[in-house]
Amino acid sequence: MELIWQGMVQAVRLILSGDPQVLQITWLSLKVSAAATFLSLIAGIPAGMVLALTRFPGRGLLVALVNTGMGLPPVVVGLFVSIFLWRSGPLGFLELLYTPTAIVIAQFIIAAPIVTGLTIAAVQQLNPKLRLQLLGLGASRGQLLWLLMREARLPLLAAAMAGFGGVISEVGASMMVGGNIQGQTRVLTTATVLETGKGNFDVAIALSLLLLALTFAVNYLLTWIQQRGRTP
Amino acid sequence: MTVPILEGADLAVLYAGQRVLDVPRIEVQAGEILAVIGPNGAGKSTLLRVLGLLEPPASGEVRLRGRRVPWGSAGLLAVRRRFATVFQEPLLCDATVEANVALPLRLRRRPAGEVAAQVTVWLRRLGIAHLAKRGARSLSGGEAQRASLARAFAVRPDVLLLDEPFAALDPPTRDELLRLLQELLRQESITTIFVTHDREEALRLGDRIAVMMGGRLHQVGSPSAVFGRPITEEVARFVGVETILAGRVTGERAGLLTVEVNGTKIEALGAAAVGEPVLVCLRPEDLVIRRLEARAGRESARNHLEGRVEEAIALGAQYRVRIACGPALGGVIALVTKQSFDDLGLERGTPVVLTFKASAVHLIRR
Repeated sequence: MELIWQGMVQAVRLILSGDPQVLQITWLSLKVSAAATFLSLIAGIPAGMVLALTRFPGRGLLVALVNTGMGLPPVVVGLFVSIFLWRSGPLGFLELLYTPTAIVIAQFIIAAPIVTGLTIAAVQQLNPKLRLQLLGLGASRGQLLWLLMREARLPLLAAAMAGFGGVISEVGASMMVGGNIQGQTRVLTTATVLETGKGNFDVAIALSLLLLALTFAVNYLLTWIQQRGRTP
Repeated sequence: MTVPILEGADLAVLYAGQRVLDVPRIEVQAGEILAVIGPNGAGKSTLLRVLGLLEPPASGEVRLRGRRVPWGSAGLLAVRRRFATVFQEPLLCDATVEANVALPLRLRRRPAGEVAAQVTVWLRRLGIAHLAKRGARSLSGGEAQRASLARAFAVRPDVLLLDEPFAALDPPTRDELLRLLQELLRQESITTIFVTHDREEALRLGDRIAVMMGGRLHQVGSPSAVFGRPITEEVARFVGVETILAGRVTGERAGLLTVEVNGTKIEALGAAAVGEPVLVCLRPEDLVIRRLEARAGRESARNHLEGRVEEAIALGAQYRVRIACGPALGGVIALVTKQSFDDLGLERGTPVVLTFKASAVHLIRR
């Protein structure tokens, strides 16, 4: 218990002192995971809407794959992204391995199925007759999709939160494709692993607290947007 | 006759190879209200979706003002935007009432000033101006359906499509909204197709009535023609004829036909040849009951059937009485006001006489 208490005190001191290294790690975590979440929303929401609203052969298989992907183990993603980005790999010429971009790619692969799967569920829980009604009021195809998205905005924001939560907290992929290089690809989770390994529990606790605070802040913002103007 | 505003020709819709809609011809004239009635699953809503350009038919075509609707092309949207649809469920978006009514105008990219003006007008005319800022989710069923109607009227559509808009409302609300809709449609003279399974709604709103059964139009005509002179047994049953007896015309004198039903003679007005098999249709409200022992007053009714009360069901202000008229005729159903029911002291087994005029009998030729 003494250890945890000491760690907490040290952590608060570290955070309050504005340690540049800690700040840099925090900022990078936020940037990388926000970018990955943003990209996964751009790809996942349209994909989820198509899968929810259309019927075509193989659709069931695709939905099952997406649902499976929602639980994709980060280390598996890390492994395959590493193989692709490896110097001699198919995308090695891009020289992305051990860069923040590589982490964004890996985190995008983790978040996209989460966003897609939750979008499918969000759109399918809308009243199916609403589509007919909106068409009956003169909506074009594009307007229809936009309106359905607006109707499903609460669960879609939940999808964004789940996607962000999935990537800000993962460590395996970031470690493998980022390499945990100090000042370049070290993020909160990989730094926590490292500091714990070194026995620097105070720093590890500080980083953990920052991670929790960051996740809370982002989710609080999204929840505020989601619940804005709603009466019980 | 002018070109109908909306026509369907040779329309067919198939679900899993099953023909659920088969309408060779349907026309709606500008400004008229066509009420489509029929039992559940008759294909009324399917017809409405096809005519409202929300579902392409497997074959056939829809014409608006004589011009063929271009299914599957970019031109479809422009045509569809001249329609507005209201469904049984109000299906409002999760936004304020005001924003919901503005939605179809915004979809058509009308200028903001016009949108605001139309929204104000229609909220007021539907009596929901005070709800403008309320969230659509917080409305009662009646309020929500008013918002849904305001949303459709605000477009000033060429054709308004209503699919059982009052079916989910309680009777007083339904009555109120029906009255309001009637008034608005009369003032605006918007061409309307109104789908309902409720005979009373169809009678109150319809300029013409189309009876749909099993995906086909069985009869299309004025309310008096469809309700008074149904052309098939199914239509007769649906429009409220409760007693249908098979007989044969045995005599004719000065337009007055004698029909024999299992040996009982019934006099009827109608057009059928002697010897022709017919169905005798009796509406329950056209039959008068008196007790057998009571002296017949001066009555012009030509038909008198004796029987005994078999069953009486209270329907609020009326009783639906089933009279057993012997093995030859079976049960005949009559409606009696609660007042006369009590005055007559009817109960199970009471011997009674049913009387009705020859003009109350409708014959269907077989």
